[in-house]
Amino acid sequence: MTAVLGGRPAGVSTLHFAMDDADGVDTRQRLVVVGNGMAGARVVEEVLERGGGEQFAITVFGEEPHGNYNRIMLSHVLAGEEHEDDIVLNSHDWYADQGVTLRAGVRIDRIDTHAKIVYAADGTTTAYDQLVLATGSRSFIPPMTGLYTADEQLLPGVFGFRTIDDTRAMLAAAAEHERAIVVGGGLLGLEAARALQGHGLQVEVVHAGTHLMNQQLDPDGGAILKNSVEALGIVVHLATRTTEAIGPDRVRGVVLADGRAVDADMLVIAAGIRPVTEVALLSGLEVERGIVVDDQLRTDDPDVYAVGECAQHRGELYGLVAPVWEQARVLADLLTGTDPDAEYHGSRTATKLKVAGVDVATMGVNRPERDTDEFLVISEPRRGVHLSVVVRDDKLIGATLLGDTRKVAFLTQAFDRGTPLPAERIKLLVDLSDGAAEVGVAELPGDSQVCNCNGVTKQALVDTVKAGTTSVGGCMDATRAGKGCGSCKLLVKQVVEWAADGDVTEDASANWYVPGIPLAKPELIAAIRDQQLRSVSAVFTALAPGGEEDAKSKMGLTSLLRLVWGAEYEQENDAKFINDRVHGNIQRDGTFSVVPQMKGGVTTPAQLRKIADVAEKYEVPMVKVTGGQRIDLLGVRKEDLPGMWADLGMPSGYAYGKSFRTVKTCVGTDFCRFGLGDSTQLGIDLETRFQGIESPAKIKMAVVGCPRNCAEAYVKDVGVVAVGNGRWEVYVGGAAGASVRKGDLLATVDSPAAVMELSGRFIQYYRENANWLERTYDFVPRVGLEQIRAVLLEGSAEVLAGLDAGLQRSIDAYTDPWGQDGAQPATPGQFRTALPLVDLPMVPVR
Amino acid sequence: MSVTHSDAPEAPTSGPPKAGTPATEVADGAVTGGGVTGGAGVPHEVGRVDDVPPGEGRAFVAGDVQVAVFRLRDGSLHATQAACPHSGGPLADGQTDASVLVCPLHLYAFRWSDGACTGAAPPVRLFPVAERDGALVVTV
Repeated sequence: MTAVLGGRPAGVSTLHFAMDDADGVDTRQRLVVVGNGMAGARVVEEVLERGGGEQFAITVFGEEPHGNYNRIMLSHVLAGEEHEDDIVLNSHDWYADQGVTLRAGVRIDRIDTHAKIVYAADGTTTAYDQLVLATGSRSFIPPMTGLYTADEQLLPGVFGFRTIDDTRAMLAAAAEHERAIVVGGGLLGLEAARALQGHGLQVEVVHAGTHLMNQQLDPDGGAILKNSVEALGIVVHLATRTTEAIGPDRVRGVVLADGRAVDADMLVIAAGIRPVTEVALLSGLEVERGIVVDDQLRTDDPDVYAVGECAQHRGELYGLVAPVWEQARVLADLLTGTDPDAEYHGSRTATKLKVAGVDVATMGVNRPERDTDEFLVISEPRRGVHLSVVVRDDKLIGATLLGDTRKVAFLTQAFDRGTPLPAERIKLLVDLSDGAAEVGVAELPGDSQVCNCNGVTKQALVDTVKAGTTSVGGCMDATRAGKGCGSCKLLVKQVVEWAADGDVTEDASANWYVPGIPLAKPELIAAIRDQQLRSVSAVFTALAPGGEEDAKSKMGLTSLLRLVWGAEYEQENDAKFINDRVHGNIQRDGTFSVVPQMKGGVTTPAQLRKIADVAEKYEVPMVKVTGGQRIDLLGVRKEDLPGMWADLGMPSGYAYGKSFRTVKTCVGTDFCRFGLGDSTQLGIDLETRFQGIESPAKIKMAVVGCPRNCAEAYVKDVGVVAVGNGRWEVYVGGAAGASVRKGDLLATVDSPAAVMELSGRFIQYYRENANWLERTYDFVPRVGLEQIRAVLLEGSAEVLAGLDAGLQRSIDAYTDPWGQDGAQPATPGQFRTALPLVDLPMVPVR
Repeated sequence: MSVTHSDAPEAPTSGPPKAGTPATEVADGAVTGGGVTGGAGVPHEVGRVDDVPPGEGRAFVAGDVQVAVFRLRDGSLHATQAACPHSGGPLADGQTDASVLVCPLHLYAFRWSDGACTGAAPPVRLFPVAERDGALVVTV
């Protein structure tokens, strides 16, 4: 064991009793924590989280000179998989920032529980009101001849495996030596063996038990693990012990109990841990195997508590991190008064690990204890898989999974909650039908721990996803889940995917409205309103990282600004897509299409004649009837656009924009024998009202006079169907493009005016809430029909008035772009040709 | 054709611009690769800086090479071949920011720095462009 003392200069050890200087009195209680390992630091974190910084002046003593680090990760540091800097949980700076006094490198020797003072090895004394002992444990060094030098130090080349200093020393030695013996075939020993082997050493494990990991595994499981470990090239000696370390100057080998000598130049002792109880013992506190505490984690002194590996609760010592986290929460509740009745009732230990490359999960007992216990074992030695469960009175009381931990989520729940078990017990271990894998994650209770190393529950992950982090990496960064031993990464991924409902992103920017501004739509709208940003360049300047504009964000921002500001939006032509700059749809050869407005698909001989004349005059290569019941003049040169508009004398049909497009209609009641309602007039009225309104993506509508659906209203963004007796059904979210989807029935209303009102509210709700380029057929299922109904049909008068006003703002801002820009270009050269400057026909004239 | 808008003077130019050296060399409108052409080019005055609104692009002929000239919002000038190397889209109708030009047809983006496409399209050819007494001078 390499105790590190005096790693920091002694000058820092000034004492702070209550400040009774002229500048004020610190009235806070003094909380002293002895031990700066994972338990002690966690208690401090939990206390601070409960506002304990106001209540307590906190002092933490740590025997090691370091900040608080993740001891679980030491085997990864030893293996070279992690840098030691990356396992720091709380640096010295953290303590300073939190106003916590860290006395790192200062060991506490003794407590005077009557005077309430702790005595440090450096001679200083510190008074406390409340004291927490979190002294942890140390490596157990089994008796062995020749292990110590004359001055009672471990023989050079002999290492414990407990601290970062142990790990550093082993790393240094591993670089120079070839043969290592690891004493102990438990979790820590096997991890050390695997890590050292990774550094090129020849490694042998000496284990006193009859099978590996005998704390967790039954003999059969241990035998299978032995095969897996030996397959890695690690030699395993079972049921024997090292009786002698061969010296004398440094370790040269060991002698086993059967008299065999094994050469080695490193000896790593990983034969278990023992609680550090000397301070408690010397101070007169009750100590058995550990420091005895009650359900409130109190020792037999009412102001002294103990948590973590040094504490013995109801006869149990805990060496896993999950119970330590639970104890820290209970203790913080008590200390801060957050919950004065908080109690710790022990932990059912379930653990999931990766040992020497093999997945292991264990919980409860590992073999039957009563005649009536059910015991199911699946053993596949060749595959290195050994699974077993123990069931008592229809409850799972133990499970061991080796080599295949896919069922761990379900089993953990059954173990923690005593939830019902399948009558076919084999289903506990094997998915007999496919597709049941996700069920495990879905059924996992919210407070069940997913990441044992960092104490992250399923609920914490779900909350992170709901808060908008939908990437696995983002959730891991935010919660630290999976950043410990890493054995839970698959489970973390499953939970995140489940919580995100399959909508996992690789990138946080997926939530942004446009790629160039790191804000989701609601926050972006709020910022635009708050800061009165009326132009796209102003938005970039104010909200983009570094104020940098982004070409691919401009179009979406233009649309959003028009939504927010209506006529008060400050136009910038370069922020518009070319279609919106020249009010036509760009074609593959750089020409444009011209689609005049033809409301409801109803035209007149005069309009047709005019269109025909214009088409001839400008030699339009193609005239086509569109799917939206209009006429399209295709292949128009940009420079001809203003002239054509002037000659046509018709408003734009907006066949190019991310906007409201058109309303298809059938002939309704005027001529049709079956018509139940005047769909034609309603379509014309709707188009008149909504013309030109910009939206996240295009909006296509239709109105039909009966359910024969001649104008395809069932598959429109908004579709209206007359059903007789003056009633109209309003469908939303339909599509008949790349996606085909029948719209959802939003409501049945009883007048054309009600159709206008409801469809207007839907359009505005969609405009305000849909993502950029999200069509209604994605928006409606994403938000959910129930939610949309709740807002549009049962929402408060205030909300509905807001929707109506927002839509009206845009309706009022409408101007026909052809009439406007045709008469006076918005920018110099707005309609100048871009290509070709010389004739290069690409599409043949028909 | 009845042109009703008021920018007739800026209507398409099909011949070489009046100013500048006669275009007797270079003259390969074909795209041979990305990057700025070497120093051997000939400067052509193609129009006025004011012909190109801030943030937008306009097409010109320099010598007999069709070029698209862009004036970014930061005031900098850039010139590229006029047709997109992907499928001939009119790059002057594209959208810009300080780093890239985005073609309007399929939204491929090309970097100003070296003409490379951020996606899978071939690179665009860049030409040196400068302002001289309010005139746009493109070297091809």
